[in-house]
Amino acid sequence: MEQQTFLNILPILIVSTTTIATIFVEAFYKRSDNLIYWLSIVSLILTLIYSILTINVQNLNFSNTLHSGGITNLFYFVLSLTSLLVIISARDYLLRAKYHHGEFYILIFSSLLGMMLMASSRDLILTFLGLELMSLSFYVLAGYNRKVLFNNEASLKYFLLGAFASGFLLYGIALIYGSAQTTNILLIVNEFNNLLLKPLFVLGLVLLLIGFSFKVASVPFHMWVPDVYEGSPTVVSALMSTAGKTAAFAALIISFYGSTTSQVNFEIVAKIISYLAIASMLIGSITAIAQTNLKRMLAYSSIAHAGYMLIGIASANKLGMSGVIFYLIVYSFMNVASFILISLMENDFEKRISLNDFIGLANTHPWYAAIMALMMFALSGLPPFGGFFGKYYVFLAAIKADLTYLAVIGVISSVISAYFYLRVVVYMYFRTNEERKDIFHTSADNFVLVLCTLFVLQLGITPNLVLDLITRFLP
Amino acid sequence: MTLEQITFIILALIGLTSALMLIIQKNPVYSVLLLILHFFALAGFYLLLNAQFIAVLQILVYAGAIMVLFVFVIMLLNLSNEEALKDPFNLRKIIASIFGVVLILQFGVFFFIKAKDDLNVTISPNSIEAGSIKKISEVLFSTYLIPFEVTSFILLVGIIAAIVLAKRKFE
Repeated sequence: MEQQTFLNILPILIVSTTTIATIFVEAFYKRSDNLIYWLSIVSLILTLIYSILTINVQNLNFSNTLHSGGITNLFYFVLSLTSLLVIISARDYLLRAKYHHGEFYILIFSSLLGMMLMASSRDLILTFLGLELMSLSFYVLAGYNRKVLFNNEASLKYFLLGAFASGFLLYGIALIYGSAQTTNILLIVNEFNNLLLKPLFVLGLVLLLIGFSFKVASVPFHMWVPDVYEGSPTVVSALMSTAGKTAAFAALIISFYGSTTSQVNFEIVAKIISYLAIASMLIGSITAIAQTNLKRMLAYSSIAHAGYMLIGIASANKLGMSGVIFYLIVYSFMNVASFILISLMENDFEKRISLNDFIGLANTHPWYAAIMALMMFALSGLPPFGGFFGKYYVFLAAIKADLTYLAVIGVISSVISAYFYLRVVVYMYFRTNEERKDIFHTSADNFVLVLCTLFVLQLGITPNLVLDLITRFLP
Repeated sequence: MTLEQITFIILALIGLTSALMLIIQKNPVYSVLLLILHFFALAGFYLLLNAQFIAVLQILVYAGAIMVLFVFVIMLLNLSNEEALKDPFNLRKIIASIFGVVLILQFGVFFFIKAKDDLNVTISPNSIEAGSIKKISEVLFSTYLIPFEVTSFILLVGIIAAIVLAKRKFE
């Protein structure tokens, strides 16, 4: 391997080396759990720093299969930051649940490796393998505590449906390969218009889209989301709903980034994606109203958010693509914070956290209530928080692309979703309960929550800086 | 009809019937044996496509190693009470089967009418060479080096997963 290639793929190497190193530490070292915890944090911080430092060096490595620098490093940054936040707060949760083992970190790292590969791959085979690596780790993480029945259910459901979706994806890739004679995304994008005339390619594309829709949790491939997010350990749900979605959208953006150039005839695909978006937004927000279980509510809201993000991809212009990435960044912070807040309230792990557990939180724990309220405002898309600008950019992109109806439906669905987000705030501030709820907080959790809050506020105050950065690196 | 087409039809019939019987069968041991038959039919397809190395691998790895594991697991689990696993035939199943049939018909119409021209591919003259171990390894260790390495990672995760889910003792 040449030195330059080595430097280019260093973030991936750091993560994969840490995975292997953790296995050895776990095997040969007794009481290794804390060592592994700190090792993971250090290597994730290294990945963060390195991917920001080399963001300007763009390269294609290994015969055009692996991209490095630019937008890829931006994705690396987001993915490893999300994993870092989750890992920092996961330890205390796992200790409380009495299953703090080194394997948890190994699996998080292998899923991170898969997600990073999905974001950097320029070859459909590598995309598929990255997706499988991510999914396999998630299946296990979802059922990590095998003594809890909920976890087993989540893991098994996710695995069965996920394997089915992988089948669709692979069949799609096979048909695309059959009609394009290559799996390289860059070559396929160049030939996109000619290939669209071949029915085989269109079918392959549709199957590919089905596979990706499953992973981004959009309707009608959303059935697994509520059960899996509810059943998994809460910290794992935090990772799955944010980093998992980011990686799947990264793969989707890379596969369709050719659509931003005007020469590509993207109309058929855009139409399919916009139907998916409409269904996801409406069904996600309307079903979330009926949920009293907080994790289920966030799961349905994540379906709706997948819908908003799909608008950006359907509008097929640069603003749409960078808007989606901006949205993903904000969404990661909002959702990680919300899930971690829920995880702080869990003590009995067979019991689910419902709306009633939030009654009177403002009196007993004003700071946590304030952060939760802020996250709910941000998720529902109220200005001046980051969530507002995420929605604003994708709606603007839709209007620019003459898809005004998508923006209109998006706004309607946002209004519907305000009901169930703000209901949490109402329960916290305007209802009182004598019973004092315990919150099992530690300084690590507080640190993560404050960091997420700052990021969400910062992205709401200076959204242009981040958007410019994204647009600059978009191919 | 050429000899290749006749072989293809025979293999397709064996493959489809064995796959169908596999899911209809009540006895899991029969199902596994039918799955082995299905793998052999698939290996035949690979041979028709001039991919001799993959055909051999298919038989060695799937029909040989993996299926032996399957048979052992089923015998050890002693799955005698399959009747309990049976679901009554309800509305949900009827709707699902309608959708399934529609999907199959769509695929059929698609492949035999719409995409007919796409499927008329001629076999390139050096395809026999391309299926050889030498060519495959050349590509595997040059163009597809990274996917090859990632595959090993996936296997590693599989091992860790098995340990986490089956062996780990919780207090």
